[in-house]
Amino acid sequence: MNAYQNLSLLDIGLAAALILVNGALSVALNLGLERRLLIAAVRTVVQLLLIGYVLGWVFAFSRWYVVLPLMALMTVIAGLAASNRGRRTYAGQRVDSLVSIWGSSWLIGAFGLFAVIRIHPWYEPQYTIPILGMILGNTLTGVSLGIERMTEELTAGRGAVEMSLALGATRWEAAQGPARQAVRAGMIPTLNQMAVVGLVSLPGMMTGQVLAGQSPLQAVRYQIVIMFLIAAASGLGVVGAVVMTYRRLFSPDHRFMAARLIERKAKKRGG
Amino acid sequence: MLKETSLVPLVAATGVVRRDAQRGTMLLHPTNFTLNEGERVAITGPSGSGKSVLLRTLALLDPCDAGFVTWRGERIQRARIPAYRRRVAYIAQRPAMLDGSVEDNLRYPYTLATYRDARFDRHAAARLAQAAGRGADFLDKFASDLSAGEAQIAAFVRVLQLAPDVLLLDEPTASLDPASARAIEALVSAWFDDAGSARACIWVSHDPEQARRVAARHLTMTAGVLAEAKDAR
Repeated sequence: MNAYQNLSLLDIGLAAALILVNGALSVALNLGLERRLLIAAVRTVVQLLLIGYVLGWVFAFSRWYVVLPLMALMTVIAGLAASNRGRRTYAGQRVDSLVSIWGSSWLIGAFGLFAVIRIHPWYEPQYTIPILGMILGNTLTGVSLGIERMTEELTAGRGAVEMSLALGATRWEAAQGPARQAVRAGMIPTLNQMAVVGLVSLPGMMTGQVLAGQSPLQAVRYQIVIMFLIAAASGLGVVGAVVMTYRRLFSPDHRFMAARLIERKAKKRGG
Repeated sequence: MLKETSLVPLVAATGVVRRDAQRGTMLLHPTNFTLNEGERVAITGPSGSGKSVLLRTLALLDPCDAGFVTWRGERIQRARIPAYRRRVAYIAQRPAMLDGSVEDNLRYPYTLATYRDARFDRHAAARLAQAAGRGADFLDKFASDLSAGEAQIAAFVRVLQLAPDVLLLDEPTASLDPASARAIEALVSAWFDDAGSARACIWVSHDPEQARRVAARHLTMTAGVLAEAKDAR
């Protein structure tokens, strides 16, 4: 095994200078992205340095009452980020995103950590934090795509939904078509990722393990486990989110509450 | 038509009120309304006056802010709403067609739990299409290829094959060519005559001529207030 190459701040600066490539492109092609590039670059550096320090401290001070709140915080951030997408929203969307992400990620995460990897102690932050993080990142994408698609389908297909209800469909029968589309839309990114993993992309965790000197065969095993955890968590999360959206927008007396769908005010995209 | 026996109305609204959910403005002022067997009612009035609001309320598609709707004298329980809508069919101005052929669209209602006891009858459907002046190939057409008039005819066949007791027609011919409009009027009138005087319908229309043709009782809607038309026979 080669010695692990530590990076100095100068090395990081050298890589960060590459942002100038994007900047030059933006200027040359008149994309108007300079400001956003700068903000994105600064956020990348600051957020990662910060989390580096936080993790360093948490790993050193490994206590459940430190690890658990950090995991909860990560989950809340993921839930809020997921609810920030899409042209339309509804009262309670934030709660739905949060609950579906929280429930699915922690359930599947617990299975992975306790049943598959069998970590000890149960809160061992070296495992819990990165694995939960990977699950959250993917579930977040699935959930936000699922909710976005559900609200879009219901807006575009309002006529068909009301036609079904008027014929005597139950609320679930009327919502089925859009809900299916939404669940598919939410699960497809994960499926695509599973289809090309290793061929087109080498996942970050696997790369990291290899860089750190772990044997590729072990790294791959971990990656396989992670992929299935991600697939299961995002699948559960998407279904949960779509079902909750459905329950918000269809009343128990078989009505489609179209007025509950509100167009989001145009605003700058937040993180 | 006028010999009213003392029977229970098919559909009745008691003190129903509808407000705009966002702005709180009145869409429908407290309204009492009954629809008896054998009645054909036309409602006319300017657009935005609340005609659709009333029909959608009767179809239970929108929640009442006050009051209630009864079916044959009884309040409609939550679980019975799909069954109620099977008896009381609402048809919108713009037909919503699902992907696939006309026949796929006609088969769709039979996939719903409410119609568990009913089966699609291609001959009956074809007869209805024929009565509306459509050829034998109508059922095989793609829904996306239909003209507005044909789509509305398909929507009517989809509902009428199910033999509802009440039709709530929300300006169904407002954006159609005269020929399609007449075809639809003929379909509705055949449906009405089919059952002696056991059925009833409400036809919302912009067109006073049409209102005279399709209905015996005329109501007007003005700014959310329903009234008997002054010129009523």
